[in-house]
Amino acid sequence: MLNLPFKTIGGGAALLLAILAPWLLSAYDLNLLGRFLALSLSAMGLVLLWGEGGILSLGQGVFFGLGGYLLAMHLKLDGLGAGELPDFMTWSGVTALPWWWAPFRNPLVTILGVLLVPAAIGAGFSWLMFRRRIGGVYFALITQALALVFATLLISQQGTTGGFNGLTDYHNLMGLNLNDEGVTRGIYWLTLALVATAYFALRWLLSSRFGKLLRASRDGSNRLRFLGYDPTPYKVVAFSVAAVLTGVSGAMFTLHAGVVSPALVGVVPSIEMVIWVAIGGRTYLVGGIVGALLVNFAKDKISTALPELWLYALGLLFILAVTAFPRGIVGEFEGERRFKPARLGDMFARWRAGRATS
Amino acid sequence: MSEAAMLRLEQVTVDFDGFKAINDLSLTIPSGSMTVVIGPNGAGKSTMCDTIIGRVRPTAGRVLFHGEEIQRLAEHRIVGRGICRKFQTPGVLIGLSVIDNLAIAAMRDRRWWRSFTRAGEEEARAKAEAVLEQVGLADRRDALAGNLSHGEKQWLEIGMVVATDAELLLLDEPTAGMGAAESSQTAQIIRTLVGRHAVLVIDHDIDFVSQLEGHVVVLHQGALLREGTLDEIRRDEEVAAIYLGRAK
Repeated sequence: MLNLPFKTIGGGAALLLAILAPWLLSAYDLNLLGRFLALSLSAMGLVLLWGEGGILSLGQGVFFGLGGYLLAMHLKLDGLGAGELPDFMTWSGVTALPWWWAPFRNPLVTILGVLLVPAAIGAGFSWLMFRRRIGGVYFALITQALALVFATLLISQQGTTGGFNGLTDYHNLMGLNLNDEGVTRGIYWLTLALVATAYFALRWLLSSRFGKLLRASRDGSNRLRFLGYDPTPYKVVAFSVAAVLTGVSGAMFTLHAGVVSPALVGVVPSIEMVIWVAIGGRTYLVGGIVGALLVNFAKDKISTALPELWLYALGLLFILAVTAFPRGIVGEFEGERRFKPARLGDMFARWRAGRATS
Repeated sequence: MSEAAMLRLEQVTVDFDGFKAINDLSLTIPSGSMTVVIGPNGAGKSTMCDTIIGRVRPTAGRVLFHGEEIQRLAEHRIVGRGICRKFQTPGVLIGLSVIDNLAIAAMRDRRWWRSFTRAGEEEARAKAEAVLEQVGLADRRDALAGNLSHGEKQWLEIGMVVATDAELLLLDEPTAGMGAAESSQTAQIIRTLVGRHAVLVIDHDIDFVSQLEGHVVVLHQGALLREGTLDEIRRDEEVAAIYLGRAK
């Protein structure tokens, strides 16, 4: 069992290493770490939503995409003259900047947009759902459909969204050169600071009475209702907070990756987010970070070496996480239940027994 | 029935696609009283509870609480008026500790935006500690509710209903799945509630019902068959024929 000092020391050491990472890692690995830290914001959102709130969303890619695209729109407009259009619009024969692009010329509007657009859409959508008591599998399927619709919409609007290719090829942010080493380090530290802030903010949120009531709504919406509480607002707040985190996650990822495209917002990436969290430990904020980092580094290494193997490896990891260690990697180190290899043996025995009887 | 009517069902009918689970039922519950509802399976006992707390909407008739019609209110608003129900299968919040379960139930201010503050928590916690003693779970205070035994879960849920300080407590089969010793302990707990609360208990077990010493109401096919003391009910031949006779 891990005791508190060990956790504090371990956490502090990890944070220190992360702060020093620009001097410890190659530029390539630092860029990867930055991207994956950005993704861990999405993962922490899912810990709140799914782990603590019991609300499985298979459409977080929508909010990731909103954050990413809104920031990329600003990046595409940054440095353009009054009458000039982003390159891909010219290629598609668009002659005037669409009205909904224009506000994002302003960096402040962009930052507000990255935060508020996912918040507003998340709150509105989830309120409509939870007020009608739509939950569980139905909710998951509706969110998945939403991700599909959003990706399809982006692809179909070539002239204003960049279509299949998305938005890419930008180099400046508020007068800073994005390829400059100092700037990339700054963006990395900004990401790290956002992850730390989100971690502590969520920890506070979960330890408040709100957190208890959210957990209560997961375990017994009806019981809560018949104690005089309306469970809807707790779920709506959880969904909206997760939407904002995922939007910021998308924006920061776009800064690191230099591209945002429909391939990052559709059904598959939305499900991948759930898998990170399942593997890391869905009821632990640290589990979200660990899951996002480990799975994505594994993805990078495995898909470089053996591209065709990655999807199988991911599927296997997911099955293992669900069957052998349902509390995730972090959960295995937490509390009395440590990882027992014997359980894999049990699983195998059950599988053989199942085969013998069928 | 000396005291004023707190809850009144007036000619309530609940129709499930042609099946009348409750059929023209009128019933009065005075404040601070103990009422026990008995009746064979399918008599409409649980549906009556569902109707009172707003889980099921009556097809006809009215439910009056202190003269106010409540049959169209949202469930959580009915609780706000002062009616709370324990379900047949215990619905404790398994992810929280026993004391947190009670504290959530005891919170007076249930508006969501107040849940980010600590306002009212001290009062709720004090109430929770008191109820913890009352339902005999003091030594399980910090246990996770999901790890309680079945009997303990039943007591915890009775405790949660009590902690809301509702005027009317509906206890649906509080002894389901309990042995004789646990049952009489439950009866003792429930008897301490009368006076401060009006209690309405649904149960099958006549031994348990006799320990409650309450006013007995017999439901049959969704309608009121008899009401009176347990002795009167026991002597009633019609009741014996449809219910007690079969039970023996």
